[in-house]
Amino acid sequence: MNCKLSIRDLNIHFGDNHAVKNTVMDVAENSVTAIIGPSGCGKSTVLRSINRMHDLTPSARVTGTIMLDDTDIYSRGVDPVTIRRRVGMVFQKPNPFPAMSIYDNVVAGYKLNGVLKKGEADEIVESSLKRVALWDEVKDRLRTGAVELSGGQQQRLCIARTIAVKPEVILMDEPASALDPISTLKIEELIEELKSKYTIVIVTHNMQQAARVSDVTAFFYLGELVEIGETRKVFTNPEKKQTEDYITGRFG
Amino acid sequence: MTLRSITVRRASNLTATLLMGTATLLVLLPLVIIFYHIIKMGISSINLGFFTNIPQPPGEAGGGMANGIAGSGVMIGMASLLGLPVGIFGAIYLTEYGTGRLATAIRFCADVLSGIPSIITGMVAYSLLVVPLKGFSALAGSFALSLIMVPIVLRTTEEQLKMVPATLREASLALGVPLWRTSIKVTLRSALTGVITGILLAVARVAGETAPLLFTALGNQFWSRKLTEPMAALPLQIFSFAISPYEDWHRLAWAGALVLVVLMFGLSLAARWLGRTKHS
Repeated sequence: MNCKLSIRDLNIHFGDNHAVKNTVMDVAENSVTAIIGPSGCGKSTVLRSINRMHDLTPSARVTGTIMLDDTDIYSRGVDPVTIRRRVGMVFQKPNPFPAMSIYDNVVAGYKLNGVLKKGEADEIVESSLKRVALWDEVKDRLRTGAVELSGGQQQRLCIARTIAVKPEVILMDEPASALDPISTLKIEELIEELKSKYTIVIVTHNMQQAARVSDVTAFFYLGELVEIGETRKVFTNPEKKQTEDYITGRFG
Repeated sequence: MTLRSITVRRASNLTATLLMGTATLLVLLPLVIIFYHIIKMGISSINLGFFTNIPQPPGEAGGGMANGIAGSGVMIGMASLLGLPVGIFGAIYLTEYGTGRLATAIRFCADVLSGIPSIITGMVAYSLLVVPLKGFSALAGSFALSLIMVPIVLRTTEEQLKMVPATLREASLALGVPLWRTSIKVTLRSALTGVITGILLAVARVAGETAPLLFTALGNQFWSRKLTEPMAALPLQIFSFAISPYEDWHRLAWAGALVLVVLMFGLSLAARWLGRTKHS
């Protein structure tokens, strides 16, 4: 399989806090990589470095390289906006634009950039919503406010909004942690579905979820990548004792 | 520790409640007095002519302050055109881009600027515009008013933008929308009602400003046609009519005061109403 993302010697500092240390990891194309670890271990920090979301935090300093295909996303002259168009993101809490309708939320990426072509909008909305299995639930009320949807529907809407702009990689930061079990199941099925077309990196607190949806699992602890490997192997026969302790819930 | 008896505690509670209640009444009292007095003195001179006629020489009936009301409208409008973009875009810069010393310096300057007595703002506008242009003008008056609006709008807009959840900003950025577009189309859009509230308060503030117009717009007794010439304004007319020796001009000044107070009251109410619907 092709290597879609290649992270080398990634170090992330927030002021004096060394949040992520010397991380080296590869992400294969059309795979799902889960990042697990206790709170504060740096897993979200790693995730957010892949689409340069740290650029907005003045105290953040990112060193090392992250190759997206042949582009070093942190090299001079690379526009973070172009990177973010290739690397989309789904957040922990569903965050549809509250002032927009369901329809407008799906095409928000085009609308906000002022590049929405009238003839294409309907097609983008329908195909994106079908892709996240939300079309049948909302097709009769596309013009109503997005905030009227349930939490799970909102999150699927946010995924639809993300895939509408045709990214290559989708980052998911605990996408189901604010949802009920049925909505969670739907999101997990969706991740499985999306894998054929996108490369997915997902941060999760839920180890069963990581085991269910991912091909590769990376375990972070105290800012360091402890172990990365095939999910089945990490969960059944981990190489490091720390990984085993965490997975079996013996972490102190 | 032993508790004091219930009687003592009840008595001290009553005393404190009474003291605070009295203080509240004392706060409200000036407002009531002002309203009562202005309505009493001004209401008799309020009629259609007041809003449609320009001032008449003393002793002639039917004079109004139409030119002052229009002049105030024109100059507040111009001041808004000059000051609102500066204040709003400055606030966007402070919240979205400004992190270093420059931002701190801008905030400090805005605070100092909003604390400067408005008569001084008028003097500055006088030396910057009236002297070089060799004459009092509506333009100079608008400039002076805009100097007062900028810091108010800047700080209120900044507060409103800060309240927009970071998740919305991130949602937009993660879709590949540049920061400047995100700032305007998502952040500013989300904070719009709060920003408008701030604008209304700034307008209410400058609508009553007299001192900065004394050396700039100067005021006159007829319809002004050019922005480069002196222009009447409601507070200026109130001032000059109130210090005149003529009884009927005094009555017009009271009527003008009533109009001004009602206008400001209305603006404040509108601002409150907007602010309230936002939170519901």
